[in-house]
Amino acid sequence: MNEWLDPLLLSRWQFGLTTVYHFLFVPLTIGMALTVAIFQTAWVRTDKAKYLQLTHFFGKIFLINFAMGVVTGIVQEFQFGMNWSDYSRFVGDVFGAPLAFEGIIAFFLEATFIGLWIFGWDKLPKKLHLATIWLTTAGSIASAYFILAANAFMQNPIAYRINEEKGRAELTSIWELLTNPIALAAFPHTIFACFMVSAGLIISVAAWHLYRNQHLETMRPALKFGLWMMVIAGVLTTLAGDQLGLAMVEAQPMKMAAAEALYHTATGANASFSIFTLGTPDGVHELFSVRVPYLLSFLSTHTFDGTVEGINNLQAQYVTLYGPGDYTPTIWITYWSFRWMIGLGLAHMLVAVVGLWLTRKGRSPERTWVWKVAIWSFPFSLLAMSVGWVFTEMGRQPWLVFGLLKTADGVSPGVSGVEILISLIAFTVVYGILAVVEFRLILRAVQKGPADAPELDEAGEVTRAVTVY
Amino acid sequence: MDLNILWFWIIAFMFIGYFVLDGFDFGVGMSLPFLGKDDTDRRVLINTIGPVWDLNETWVIVAGASLFAAFPEWYATMFSGFYLPLLLILLALIVRGVSFEYRHQRPESAWKNWFDGMIIVGSAVPALLWGVAFANVVRGVPLDADFNYIGTVFDLLNPYALLGGLTTLLLFFTHGVIFVALKTEGDIRVRARRLAITVGLVTIVVAAVFLTWTTLAFGTLASGLLAAVAALTLVGAFVANLRGAERWAFGLMAVTIGLAVVTLFASLFPFVMPASNDPANSLTIENASSSAYTLTVMSWTALIGMPVILGYQAFTYWVFRKRIGRAHIEAAVH
Ligand code: HDD
Ligand code: HEM
Ligand code: HEM
Repeated sequence: MNEWLDPLLLSRWQFGLTTVYHFLFVPLTIGMALTVAIFQTAWVRTDKAKYLQLTHFFGKIFLINFAMGVVTGIVQEFQFGMNWSDYSRFVGDVFGAPLAFEGIIAFFLEATFIGLWIFGWDKLPKKLHLATIWLTTAGSIASAYFILAANAFMQNPIAYRINEEKGRAELTSIWELLTNPIALAAFPHTIFACFMVSAGLIISVAAWHLYRNQHLETMRPALKFGLWMMVIAGVLTTLAGDQLGLAMVEAQPMKMAAAEALYHTATGANASFSIFTLGTPDGVHELFSVRVPYLLSFLSTHTFDGTVEGINNLQAQYVTLYGPGDYTPTIWITYWSFRWMIGLGLAHMLVAVVGLWLTRKGRSPERTWVWKVAIWSFPFSLLAMSVGWVFTEMGRQPWLVFGLLKTADGVSPGVSGVEILISLIAFTVVYGILAVVEFRLILRAVQKGPADAPELDEAGEVTRAVTVY
Repeated sequence: MDLNILWFWIIAFMFIGYFVLDGFDFGVGMSLPFLGKDDTDRRVLINTIGPVWDLNETWVIVAGASLFAAFPEWYATMFSGFYLPLLLILLALIVRGVSFEYRHQRPESAWKNWFDGMIIVGSAVPALLWGVAFANVVRGVPLDADFNYIGTVFDLLNPYALLGGLTTLLLFFTHGVIFVALKTEGDIRVRARRLAITVGLVTIVVAAVFLTWTTLAFGTLASGLLAAVAALTLVGAFVANLRGAERWAFGLMAVTIGLAVVTLFASLFPFVMPASNDPANSLTIENASSSAYTLTVMSWTALIGMPVILGYQAFTYWVFRKRIGRAHIEAAVH
């Protein structure tokens, strides 16, 4: 068969493409829902027009983005069955439950209350209307939990038994499944990272207007808010990431070894963390590197004299456990994605810390480049997010469900390479066009700036519809 | 009752929710070229479903996820087997969903025309293809011993399935036009009622043929009775619309669609995906379902969750119960 029509390869590309794409919008949805809810709460509490303006302004950006999260999410739900039917048959009994929970508990909540929020400004009393955006936020965060619990089963399968007769995994405890240590650690890490993404957007938007000396009334508080949100969320993301690292070493030591391109087991000072390495393409020989001794040991075990297992060692262990085969993920991808995740996130936090310093006590930086950095730093956290997932998912290879099912055994046997090629091209084209459209619309909404607050009645209620389609 | 039988009917219930609710969204979308004379008219049409289309569409997400959890084999066979039709449905739902949100973002008429086109196509394609897909499930498809679909996409385009697609397309179209009559005021309401008469007649004929075919070829006595009642309520909806009783017309349309889904599921029972080549390869309620434990967990979730969900969704429909007219569009902030 033509190697370009390999269903496995094409399915992997399609899953990677559509999921990374879905997750460009989801973090902004989760983070912006919270932000808008906070601004609206500030308005309800203080009655200050500027908070209502900010609510509508960021609300509009939130909605443009939200539509993309929804429509790309439906693809996610369907493609387990479409492209990974053997996987679905194998894990459905276990993995389907959190997915169904996500729908029943989270998506319905989110989809219903977002409608009430968009169109309910003049129909619901102020406080009830405020509740709708908080319920939308709750729905989006809950959905993240369930999907991460589902994903955690693939990283660290627990709470199942194998039914030999049916050749599948079966759930033994829903509670255990939902409290998978990987899920418990990945959830705060991901949610706080989502807040970083939206903080990054707020910083850039506010900086763009302040640099032009316009909308000072609303954009000054927005900038402060964004800077603080970034710093706080950044610290929390880092702390949670540290916990996630510990859980990961426990569940998948190979992933940590691959993240570090650590071929030989190392202890203490030798378990150093390399910040930057140049080596032969296969990563076996180093030409040049910058290293921090002890750090890897600390990251993996929280002690300075811990032992971190190397790839060669683990590979040998896995061969005894699972039979002959290559159990090493693609090293250069795991190595660099791990570094870019951390590096981009730290860079974004640094921008925020410097920003807070420069704007302390009402000051405003004069230098142009300072503003330029603030404006252009927006994608840092978003990129950190994407590469973080690439790390997580590629580091799991060759497994689809770690230790139980290989990726190659999960693909749909009945779907031909041609069919997948068609869908891959279709998604690439449609997603590509929509990305341009969405980006332009957001840019346009951002540059227009906040509109004047709508007139209110004596009771301070909004009297006219804010948005109609 | 066994839990897997219970879940067979819960899945049916979810698809009823989906087709009754998103069904009229599709119909409203398809009615744009017929009822939307100018931009304001088209905005009136779109705004009748503005606050609810997302929650309506979520029914299919929940139905899909529940299918995955309760009948993994059914989910796997159907979704991989119907690969290309589902791809088209997904693409349609994607362009339709963003169009609602993006259409009003720019004033240029070329911009709006693009998104109108995508709403129309994005509504018609799923309305047609869901019917094709479900008719094929009832009819049976060729499966191998591992339950994988072994036909081609052309096997799915048989006359019975195409008639099924045409039936759902027309049912949803009528349903949507009657919804417009129920939710708007002024000239557009009158025109909607008139359009519902024409498409209603065609729908009655096509649906009657499809339901008869289903009953004769795949049905039982029970499913035949259900089909007969569905035909009656459809005629009832038509008469109610003639007399200007819009609520009755809409309600009876919803009942018709619900009964049509029940008819299909009743014809299917106890299979979920019959194999047309060799009965031994068929997926049944028994061999396609999850373990008893998973079904128990799912049952509790549905039992507690569904009433709450139905409650707040009813609340949304109540909040947006008022009719919409041209004045509402012109009065909004943006
Ligand atoms: C703004 C985004 C962002 C930032 C700044 C960081 N991460 Fe992260 N990281 C993610 C965004 C992310 C993510 C995309 O959200 C992932 C993918 C899977 C997951 O749960 O979160 C992730 C995964 C992930 C994993 C893999 C988990 C697994 O495969 O089981 C580890 C070990 C870390 N992170 C650790 C860190 C550490 C120690 C960081 C800081 C010093 C850090 N991350 C910063
Ligand atoms: C939203 C963040 C996510 C991103 C960016 C992401 C990214 C990726 C990427 C890049 C791949 C391709 C890996 C490869 O084939 O080598 C992949 C595969 C996959 N992921 Fe994820 N993923 C995410 C979340 C999830 C979640 C939450 C689940 C499950 C609930 C999941 C399930 C899968 C499956 C089933 C595959 C296909 C099999 C495979 O290739 O390993 N992913 N993902
Ligand atoms: C591959 C796995 C994934 C699947 C199957 C999936 C499924 C879906 C679906 C069906 C929707 C549409 C919901 C609606 O109509 O309202 C959606 C949106 C959403 N997804 Fe995903 N998703 C995946 C990855 C993720 C991950 C990893 C997260 C979070 C960490 C996430 C969080 C969300 C959120 C918050 C929304 C709602 C926000 C919005 O609609 O924009 N998803 N997802």
